[in-house]
Amino acid sequence: MSGFEFVLGLGDDALVAAQRLAQWCARAPELEEDVALANIALDQLGAARLLLGYAGELEGEGRDEDALAYLRTDREYRNVLLVELPDRDFAVLMAKLLFLSAWQRLRYEDLAAGDDERLAGIAAKAVKESAYHLDHSALWTVRLGDGTDESHARMQRAVDEVWPYTHELLAEAPHLRANWLSTVDGVLAEATLRRPDDGWRPGGGRDGRHTEALSYLLAEMQVLHRAYPGARW
Amino acid sequence: MPEWPLWEVFVRPRRGLSHTHVGSLHAPDAALALRNARDLFTRRQEGVSIWVVPAAAITASSPDEKDSFFDPAADKVYRHPTFYEVPDGVQHL
Amino acid sequence: MYGNDFAASGGELLDQVADAERELRAAADRSVRGGSDEETYFTELVAADQKIEPRDWMPDGYRKTLIRQIAQHAHSEIIGMQPEANWLTRAPTLKRKAILLAKVQDEAGHGLYLYAAAETLGVSRDTLYDLLLAGRQKYSSIFNYPTLSWADVGAIGWLVDGAAIVNQVPLCRCSYGPYARAMIRICKEESFHQRQGYEILYTLAHGTPGQKEMAQDAVDRWWYPSLAMFGPPDTDSTHSAQSMAWKIKRFSNDDLRQRFVDMCAQQATVLGLTIPDPDLRWNPDRGAYDYTAPDYAELMEVIRGNGPCNRARMANRRAAHEDGAWVREAAAAYAAKHAAPAAPTAEAVHA
Repeated sequence: MSGFEFVLGLGDDALVAAQRLAQWCARAPELEEDVALANIALDQLGAARLLLGYAGELEGEGRDEDALAYLRTDREYRNVLLVELPDRDFAVLMAKLLFLSAWQRLRYEDLAAGDDERLAGIAAKAVKESAYHLDHSALWTVRLGDGTDESHARMQRAVDEVWPYTHELLAEAPHLRANWLSTVDGVLAEATLRRPDDGWRPGGGRDGRHTEALSYLLAEMQVLHRAYPGARW
Repeated sequence: MPEWPLWEVFVRPRRGLSHTHVGSLHAPDAALALRNARDLFTRRQEGVSIWVVPAAAITASSPDEKDSFFDPAADKVYRHPTFYEVPDGVQHL
Repeated sequence: MYGNDFAASGGELLDQVADAERELRAAADRSVRGGSDEETYFTELVAADQKIEPRDWMPDGYRKTLIRQIAQHAHSEIIGMQPEANWLTRAPTLKRKAILLAKVQDEAGHGLYLYAAAETLGVSRDTLYDLLLAGRQKYSSIFNYPTLSWADVGAIGWLVDGAAIVNQVPLCRCSYGPYARAMIRICKEESFHQRQGYEILYTLAHGTPGQKEMAQDAVDRWWYPSLAMFGPPDTDSTHSAQSMAWKIKRFSNDDLRQRFVDMCAQQATVLGLTIPDPDLRWNPDRGAYDYTAPDYAELMEVIRGNGPCNRARMANRRAAHEDGAWVREAAAAYAAKHAAPAAPTAEAVHA
């Protein structure tokens, strides 16, 4: 059996990532990419629903996926900071997705082989999806990094900005760090990008201390649900 | 800037069937064309294998040549099994 | 079967589409005598309900009409993503969010199928984008109305998608092959769109008083714009006669509009919502509902660019295109640097 907070954290990661991805709908760089990003958002949302549903059962207080998604404040959310960062441009979106999916793939792989059968089932499905997200973000990181001067500069800047937030991911599963680094290093090298130096290590998401961005994200996500308490949709 | 090239997409719907043309899309290169094809044409489990081909690489017959290309096959009825008479009583033929 | 009535919900819709697909195949088996010249051959093919294919000879007007219509249809799918995407981040449950995301994604996909169909006529997608962004090609005026509440997502599904289906199912029989095939695929995929909208409205109409009010307000605002989706009345329609002769269009605007009204009248009763037309009533003599026509002057004004959201929709589309330029350029530059070897091996192809 896994702990409520642990499963909640995984679910929140996926949910907040899905919410950010959904914000790209109808504004991707090309129509084909609109379709691709929606697929990834749907995968993350699907995983979030399964994880939050399971978390609610573990808690045993009758909260379902929607109660957990719509009726918690930012201080009660347990996602890592990386997923809530605003996507200033397509390069930031891809940098976040690269680091997240490389991590989610390893994490889900681990959990799929774990003792908690419920979680193993959810993870076994999600690991295939993460592999595809990693493939997609790696392809784009390489094309932007090794594309034009402008795209190289934007992609490097995005990697530099997002990199510090990867420490929070890796801190909770140090045994996956080497594997994660080798995946990410390979992509960055092919993309002719420099891996940033380690220094600043922002964190606190798992304890409910977030960036200023999360409250806005939740305000938008929850506004309708909270305006009609107890309504069915 | 010229737009991304056009790719023709072929999907094998199920094991044992041929790849069939399902449509086309734009992509900068083959790797992304394949992914775009996956995302666009197999959203509802429509396939088990995908080919993408640069549209520019396809040479097509011309409608102007349809008479010379395809009519000559019309009178070669002996290519079809129904052309032949099978004597009564013969089996497994 | 062209003259038969059809309702457009779920199974019946799919039956109609399947019929169109069967007819496409059946017509292909009928031999057509090669006419003495190109034009005769074209006319014979159309008369035999066979499909015209991209490299066939076709009259200039046929090509131009198709480009205009298919492009307008593609643009409508793409611009039509915006009013619904407006509620993606605020959908009231995670299940509704997932459904809506899948639906808006379908619309992007359908835009792609349609742009590809237009491209077979010798016009590039970039050219069509440019015409859209320059305001020289249109998209359905319905998307120039705002989605002010969650119920609007339901009303779009029920009324707007419902009207679109009534319009689109006959297009599965269009004489131009790539368009007909794209429409068959689109109609099959869209069969869930109208149902999800109806389900949203039904749930709201049977929810709290506030929710029911939200649903009625949405129907009040979307009813007449949906009727206007069928275009001007037949007496004023400029393109219809020739398009019917070419089998690009199969029914008149007013016939389709009537069909839609007849469908909705019954469905509204089940919803428990009121269609905002005091004169809507069954006319046994005509075997159809009498109804109040939409305000065509308003329709013309919206087409001219003066609907509530024309400017915002175009600005968003333009921003997405411009903001994405550096990404598209980067991918093209990367492809040029890493151009693949000329011919893959046979082994690779047959893997």
